[in-house]
Amino acid sequence: MPEIAVQSQSSAQLTYGLVEVQDLSICFEDKRQTTTTILDKINFTVEPGSFVCLLGPSGCGKSTVLNTVAGFINPTEGKILVDNQPVTKPGADRGFVFQQYSLLPWKTVFQNVEFGLKIKGIAKTKRRELVKEYLNRVGLYKHRDSFPHQLSGGMKQRASIVRALINSPSVLLMDEPFSALDAQTRHMMQELLMEIWQDFKTTVIFVTHDIEEAVLLGDRILVMGVNPGHIKEDIAIDLKRPRHIDDTLTPEFIQISRQVLATIREETLKSMEC
Amino acid sequence: MTSLSKSSLDTDSRFSIGKIFRLNKLGRRILSLVIFFGVWQFLCAIKFHFFINFNFLPSPIEVVEATWEFFHDDPWVHFRSSILRVLLGYTIASILGIILGIFIGAWQKVDDFLSPPLELLRPIPAVAWIPLAILMFPTAEAGMIFITFVGGFFPVLISTVKGVESTINDTVLIRVGQCLGAKSWHIFKDIVIPGALPSIASGLVIGMGNAWFCLVTAEILAGRYGVGYITWESYVTSNYPPIVMGMLLIGLMGAISSWAISHLTSALMPWRSIEKQDA
Repeated sequence: MPEIAVQSQSSAQLTYGLVEVQDLSICFEDKRQTTTTILDKINFTVEPGSFVCLLGPSGCGKSTVLNTVAGFINPTEGKILVDNQPVTKPGADRGFVFQQYSLLPWKTVFQNVEFGLKIKGIAKTKRRELVKEYLNRVGLYKHRDSFPHQLSGGMKQRASIVRALINSPSVLLMDEPFSALDAQTRHMMQELLMEIWQDFKTTVIFVTHDIEEAVLLGDRILVMGVNPGHIKEDIAIDLKRPRHIDDTLTPEFIQISRQVLATIREETLKSMEC
Repeated sequence: MTSLSKSSLDTDSRFSIGKIFRLNKLGRRILSLVIFFGVWQFLCAIKFHFFINFNFLPSPIEVVEATWEFFHDDPWVHFRSSILRVLLGYTIASILGIILGIFIGAWQKVDDFLSPPLELLRPIPAVAWIPLAILMFPTAEAGMIFITFVGGFFPVLISTVKGVESTINDTVLIRVGQCLGAKSWHIFKDIVIPGALPSIASGLVIGMGNAWFCLVTAEILAGRYGVGYITWESYVTSNYPPIVMGMLLIGLMGAISSWAISHLTSALMPWRSIEKQDA
C-alpha cells in the first residue's frame, strides 16, 4: 500500500481502507456445553477515510468486534473484508492501539515506534528519518531514548498511536485508547488525535464507552446493544471539522449527545442486569 | 536518632542500656553479628551440652585460627580447583538450561517429551548423584563438574520455562507484534525472549548459588584440591575447625558470584534499572 508522508494534506478521498463487516457472529461454548452468543449478526460498512466510533456499555462486545476486524479472533459466522480482502489473521494493514500496557517495556520509545518498519525491512536511515518525523509530530522526540516505564500515560499512548500510524495501515483500530487516562490528558489526546487524523485521514474504528468522546471524534457512531451484542443505531455526526474540546459545550453538541444518551441508556441498564 | 533516646530509660547515665536504642541501622546490624559470634564463642567455651552438644563444635576463634593457617599454606590451588569446577559446571548448566527452557516453554510437543524425565530427575539431591557420577564419568574431575552442573541446571531451566510461558501468555504484547506485521521469528526474538529475560536472570542467580552449594558434595570425589575437598577431608580426619571455615568460604564465594551474576544480568536489562521520572 502507498506510504503516507507526514506532511500530506489529503483533501482527496482515500481509496483504500474500506471495511465491511458482514453478518458477523461470535458464539462461545463454555465447559458446560452452554453456548453464549457474544455478537449476533453484526453488519456495517466503514467508508475509506472515515472515523467511526463503536459506542456501547461495558460487555456489549464492542472490543470483540474490533478484535475480529484486527484478526485476533476468528468469527463463528460471517466475515470481514478490508479492501475486499477477507480478514483471516492479524496484519500490518490493520494497525491497533490498545488501552494500556502495550509498549514493549524493553524497547525505548524510538525502538518501539520503529519496530513495524524494522520488520518490513526498511533501511536504517529511512527508519530514523520517519521515526523522527512521527515523534516530532506528537512531541515525543526528546523522549525517544526513554523506556516506557519512564513515561506518563499520555506519552505512552502518543507513542502507541504513532507506532501504529508509521506503518501506514489501511485501517487504524483503537480500543478505548484514552480510557485509562485522567480527564485533562484525555482531552489533550482527543485533540491531538483529531489533528493527526486530519493529516492522514486513515480509516479509523474507535471503540469507547464515553458518549462525549464518541460525538467529539466520530463522523458516525454505531451504538451497540447488549445481550447479545448487536448494532442498535447508526448515528451520523454532522458537526463541522476541525473540532475542539470547547465544542462539547455548544448546543448542537449537547443535542446530539442527548440523542445518543437516550439510545444508550436502555442498553446500559440492560447490561447492568446480567 | 530515635525518639527513644529521650525516654526515661536514659535518665541515669550516658552509658545505660538506653544507648543501644540510639544506634542507627548499621550499628544495630553490626551489633547483631557481634552478639551472634559472642554467644557462639560463649557456648563453646562453657562446653554447653543440653540436647544440642557444643563440645565438639569449633568456636569462632578456632575457625579464625584455621582460616589463618589455611591462607598461609597455598590456598589458591584450592580456590582455583573449586572455582574452575563450578564455573565449568555452571556455564554448561546455564547454556543447556536456557536452550532447553526456551524450547520447552514455547512448544507443547517438546514440553510433552522432555518434561516427564526432567521432572523425575529434578528432585534428586546432589549427594545422591555421587554413585552415578562415579560410574558414568571417566574421571573424578568430570564427575565433580557434573554434580555442580546438576546444581545449576534445574533453577535455570525452570525459570526459563516459566519466563517464556508467561510472556507467551501476555496476549496484549503478542498481539502488538502481530498487528505490526511480525512473523513468528520476530515475535520470538523481540517479544518472547526479552519478556522472559527477568525470569531467566533470576534463575541464573539462583543456579549459581546452587552450583556452589553442590560443590562440597561434588568434591567428596576430589583427589587433593578444592575448598569443598578441604571441608570434607577435615570432617573425615576429625579436624573440625576447617569444616566451618570451608562452609563459610564456600558460602562467601557463592554469594559473591551470585551477586556478580545479578549485576551482569541487570546490565542486559537496562529498562529495569532506571529510576522513574515525572513527565
